[in-house]
Amino acid sequence: MESLMAVAIGVLFAAAIYMMLRRSIVKLVIGLMLLSNAANLLIFAMAGMVRGAPPLVPEGLSAPAAAVADPLPQALVLTAIVIAFGVLSFAVVLVRRAWEVVRADDLDRMKDTDT
Amino acid sequence: MNPQIALPILIPLLAGAVSLVFWRSRAMQRLVAVLGTAALLATSIWLLVSVGRDGILVMQMGGWAAPFGISLVADLLGAIMVVLTGIIGFAVALYSLATTGRGHEAFGYFPLMHLLLAGVAGAFLTGDIFNLYVWFEVMLVASFALLILGSEKPQMEGAIKYVTLNLVSSVIFLVTIGLLYSMVGTLNMADIAQRLAHLDDNGMIDALAMMFLVAFGIKAAAFPLFFWLPASYHTPPVAVSALFAGLLTKVGVYALYRVFTLIFYHNPGYTHEILLWGAALTMLSGVLGAAAQFEFRRILSFHIVSQIGYMILGLALFTPLAIIGGVFYIAHHIIVKANLFLVSGIVHRLQGSYRLEALGGLYRRHPWLAVLFLISALSLAGMPPLSGFFAKFIVIRAGLEAGAYGVTFIALLVGLLTLYSMIKLWAEVFWKADPREDADTAPPAPRRGELWLMMTPVAGLALCTLFIGLNAGPLYSLAEASAGQLLAPERYIEAVLGNAGGGER
Repeated sequence: MESLMAVAIGVLFAAAIYMMLRRSIVKLVIGLMLLSNAANLLIFAMAGMVRGAPPLVPEGLSAPAAAVADPLPQALVLTAIVIAFGVLSFAVVLVRRAWEVVRADDLDRMKDTDT
Repeated sequence: MNPQIALPILIPLLAGAVSLVFWRSRAMQRLVAVLGTAALLATSIWLLVSVGRDGILVMQMGGWAAPFGISLVADLLGAIMVVLTGIIGFAVALYSLATTGRGHEAFGYFPLMHLLLAGVAGAFLTGDIFNLYVWFEVMLVASFALLILGSEKPQMEGAIKYVTLNLVSSVIFLVTIGLLYSMVGTLNMADIAQRLAHLDDNGMIDALAMMFLVAFGIKAAAFPLFFWLPASYHTPPVAVSALFAGLLTKVGVYALYRVFTLIFYHNPGYTHEILLWGAALTMLSGVLGAAAQFEFRRILSFHIVSQIGYMILGLALFTPLAIIGGVFYIAHHIIVKANLFLVSGIVHRLQGSYRLEALGGLYRRHPWLAVLFLISALSLAGMPPLSGFFAKFIVIRAGLEAGAYGVTFIALLVGLLTLYSMIKLWAEVFWKADPREDADTAPPAPRRGELWLMMTPVAGLALCTLFIGLNAGPLYSLAEASAGQLLAPERYIEAVLGNAGGGER
């Protein structure tokens, strides 16, 4: 399962970088979305894949009896998803505004502020 | 309990919320902006005083003991940075009373400013690596919105580069946190440091260190990752520029200092060597970029990059004197650079342009403004007896003592080129004759009160740099004590993990 996840994450990262290297700003934003999802999956996979072992302590014990899933990375991923959602929705609005102002979907035509 | 640790984060958040409540009342938002930043400054000084007295202060959020909960940690470096945040926040709040237009305020300028300050203060005070990521994002979201306030064409183009590269940096940071967690199983920075010391998988640790270097290097605008900065910093309203120039890149530098003194100090021959050459190239490329520019704020933006190099140089040399120099340099730079941007805003208000060819003759009409500019500019270039002289002196001396002659030579050369750039600004903006024959193209002259509001923070910050220069002893001993703490990470670890209940050292 882990190796499958590793391949999936790698493909996502590759796709994200490919999209970000395109000239179109819409594709740039799609690339950013893939990138943040790849990072979230990576954190999720980092904790190790455990099936059917919720981190619950049985009654009468002070620690779980056997190995359980680590809940912390899932909390991290949840936080990261929320943050990425906020930031990416900003990026979508930004791209739309940029298109309205600049009238171009081409990064090569947005060089006024470069030097 | 030490409420002063959490207050520098809570006060801006609260002030932001209150100004959101008064969304339609311009006067109330302005009042809250001044009061909130003044309160931030006051509590940050309280924090610095108590950290100086009692050593590293720790607060466990929600009463959860150290490695399990989120700890807020205030050591001297963090406390110094928070005080600087307070100073810059207060100065910019006063300044924006005069420069922020009605349109910008209607779109939430002041709430965003408070949110940005909260994010910056949070990043300086947190002791948890994932929490650091969250504060980075708080700061970034606020900065995104501030950057495009006004929605002009250059702002949009600059913002796309700024947003993209900062998002990439955040993702790299997040991935690194994930990898680090899989190695040590904890997020508390003190706990990470303690556990990494017992691992012997050095290759992986070095790889993680390099990923942190790239993530924070983008935020700090280090070579070769700085391209978003000169593309975007000259586009927003000038008060926003000053806030960004003073604080944002320094959060990246602070994170580098924190991570490379607390967590990754085991293999300096590899990690700090890369930092060293990164610092040299950052200095050089920044100052050469500035030499090719003929627009006020673009020149200043490139100088941010070159000055970041000096701060990283202090970290990279990794001797006590070098760290002292680095901390001193950060303190000096935040004040001076924000002030130069504020001056550029006044110049723009008076003559309606940032392009050097359209400016001139200001010395004749506003000699005091010229003097204030000269104080900050010469301080940036490192002329005695201003604060920049001591900052450069300590870093360069540390470089000579460490035997890093090549890099030290570059640092000296860059100092000279900085002086050239500042003199260029002086000659073009203040000294040469006004290029416009008639005054028709000039914007209407500012009212007296407006000019005073703009000049007061500039004068205050110029006095700060003059004061640091003439009386460098107190700041030097503060930087010395904070370097002592940074080079003895076991004290930080003990302060965080040693007493699980939370409280004094």
